[in-house]
Amino acid sequence: MTMNKLSLIIKREYLAKVRNKSFVIMTFLSPILMVGMIVLIAYLTKVNDSQKRIIGVFNESNYFSTDFNTNERTSYIFFKDISLQAAKDSTLSLGIFGLLHIPDRSSLEEVAENTFFYSKEPPNTLVLDLLEDIFEERLRQGKLLDIGVSTEQFAAINNKFEINIANFTGEQNLKGINEMKAFIGGGFGYLIMMFIIIYGGFVMRSVIEEKTSRIIEVIISSVKPFQLMLGKIIGTSLAGITQFAIWIISASLLLFVVFLVFGIDLTGYSEQSVMASNPMSGISPLPATTDTMQLYALELLQIPWVLLISLFLVYFVLGYLIYSSIYAAIGAAVDNETDTQQFIFPIILPLMLAIYVGFFSVFNNPHGPIAVAFSLFPLTSPIVMLMRLPGGIGEGGVPLWQVIISIVFLIVTFIGIVWLAAKIYRVGILMYGKKPTYKELFKWLKY
Amino acid sequence: MVICLLSLLNSKLNTNILQIQSKYQNVTCMNNILVAKNVTKKYGNQMALNNVSLVIPKNSIYGLLGPNGAGKTTLIRIINQITYPDSGEVIFDGELLKPRHIALIGYLPEERGLYKSMKVGEQALYLAQLKGLSKADANQKLKYWFDKLEIGDWWNRKVQELSKGMAQKIQFIVTVLHEPKLLIFDEPFSGFDPINANIIKDEIIKLKEKGTSIIFSTHRMESVEELCEYIALLHNAEKILDGRLEDIKKEYKNNMFRVGLEMENGENFLKLISDKFDISSSNYDYNRKQLDFTVQLPTDDTRAFLALVSAEASINNFIETIPSANDIFIQTVQRKNDNE
Repeated sequence: MTMNKLSLIIKREYLAKVRNKSFVIMTFLSPILMVGMIVLIAYLTKVNDSQKRIIGVFNESNYFSTDFNTNERTSYIFFKDISLQAAKDSTLSLGIFGLLHIPDRSSLEEVAENTFFYSKEPPNTLVLDLLEDIFEERLRQGKLLDIGVSTEQFAAINNKFEINIANFTGEQNLKGINEMKAFIGGGFGYLIMMFIIIYGGFVMRSVIEEKTSRIIEVIISSVKPFQLMLGKIIGTSLAGITQFAIWIISASLLLFVVFLVFGIDLTGYSEQSVMASNPMSGISPLPATTDTMQLYALELLQIPWVLLISLFLVYFVLGYLIYSSIYAAIGAAVDNETDTQQFIFPIILPLMLAIYVGFFSVFNNPHGPIAVAFSLFPLTSPIVMLMRLPGGIGEGGVPLWQVIISIVFLIVTFIGIVWLAAKIYRVGILMYGKKPTYKELFKWLKY
Repeated sequence: MVICLLSLLNSKLNTNILQIQSKYQNVTCMNNILVAKNVTKKYGNQMALNNVSLVIPKNSIYGLLGPNGAGKTTLIRIINQITYPDSGEVIFDGELLKPRHIALIGYLPEERGLYKSMKVGEQALYLAQLKGLSKADANQKLKYWFDKLEIGDWWNRKVQELSKGMAQKIQFIVTVLHEPKLLIFDEPFSGFDPINANIIKDEIIKLKEKGTSIIFSTHRMESVEELCEYIALLHNAEKILDGRLEDIKKEYKNNMFRVGLEMENGENFLKLISDKFDISSSNYDYNRKQLDFTVQLPTDDTRAFLALVSAEASINNFIETIPSANDIFIQTVQRKNDNE
């Protein structure tokens, strides 16, 4: 009978949510908005990329005569035999980005030191890097010439070099693969955070609605407050999962359609994969990029997806239950939504912290002390641990003991928080007409 | 030796207590739907119920009276197992109160409402099922009640479209639908318009006739006085008075009578009897020759007074003025304060 009542509550909460007009609108509008955003960003980036930057160069020295070459992003206009002021004026009147003035001096160093870049708006680092690279290159070459290295010799040693990285079993590692893995884990973590904030809020509002409509006492004369709270959380999260599923499916369908319509080249990728699966590819000399692509693909396939997804479910369920029961307790404590702000902030804080720590610390060093600490701390572990997990468990990945400890911490916290939240909820739902302080909430625990 | 004696004494004491308890239970539980024994409840440092004991007989209407904040709602919430007492116990129909008794109690809280965006019928079904009715059963009973209270057309409307009176009818239906043995109404008539209040009152009386026990809780004592057979007065978390309303009134009446006489020379007569009796609020109407006054008799023996009066005038009315529950409450509180 108890189970029966719980399932009744879950069903009602689910239907109440799913039938809600704004929920339905959000469910079907969001994917369109999301895909629209992606398309817009892609379009804007393309427009931005195709814009060429023109820089005026007024070179009075004997150096750098061959160094300013037009490429796809930047082109140069050269001024000759005029005064600096005239060059500045023409730059302004032409409306080009800026003017690089290289004065006439006796040595390369002096020339470089007295070079100025004039522009209306301060230039970004991309532009400066480009120009500075040219100067650095020349200065280096000049110094090498001074110690007797010829220009040809300099060209010969000026190779690009990337270090090869491997783990101890001899498998080749790829540069940036850690970041990529953390990014995948970060995606899962981010999903959890979004889910908690959106549907935790729904749980809270649903509790407030029961309080303000005064139905709460009618309900809890039939069921235990804890049953109601649990049913509400489960029902709301099922509605949330439904919404997320619709979002993911319809957004990926829409993206696919958009790609087809806008003719973004998907075939290029498939060709590569055909070649990768071709047994002849081992013999035929492939371009290096395809080789690397293949390695990345292999590496991604080696991510323990089953483990990752099952642990995602564990962290998701526990993390969500912890946070949503806090949300339920807040909803019970207040009379209207405007009073919730002061209580919500402390909940959002660890979530934000987890995301920031994840993106700044775990990306650089997935197994460093900060990453480990935050992946054990129960309020941040669902997010941070998931960012570390794509590296696998055990050697080279997260040590097994850390996973076990973080889950144990999470379960203990889950029990503790749900117990506390249920107590606040039980007292709060029957308190009308006042906004409690933290001190009062603490007192309620003893009622 | 001493120890032996002590333990003997102890065991004797225990059996005595047991005997007293079983006797108490026999007397109090067989015919009572609800017995509260020494129920105490504190919220933090605030006392909500202080050692309150009540006996609510089966098939009666019981008034739980007292001003706001006296502890009525707390007691009702304990009966509904929404909160639990710090000490003391509640016995429901001869058994210690258990979660399964919830299905046998119907409760209309003071703070009552419905889900605004849910349809009326769906909501009533949901609430009935939460009380343990099967869906088919609930459906059938709801149809009966909806027709009876003439709100059948509203089944598929949303609650936010309902008038307040309509919503209250639905709340009432949901409260009584599962045919509980005990019905508890907290401030039942607040917010009802007079017509709906009467409809609901009639239905409650019919339910009582079918054998249901009913508790009314209110601070507006006059609103339920005529309905209640038993009352308990709560004040500052304590029970200050309880019992059969008739008995209480008998105890609290002070031999005051309202007298209406028809006679000539009423003023002279009034002077005459004023010497012998304690007369107040008198009035003589010359035109109708009607003399009205209130008299306080020294004993409840009215014969001497009536003999005197009937010799001089024809008696139109002679009514004992019985104190209202409100008067009784005020008197009791005053007495209590005087004692302290």
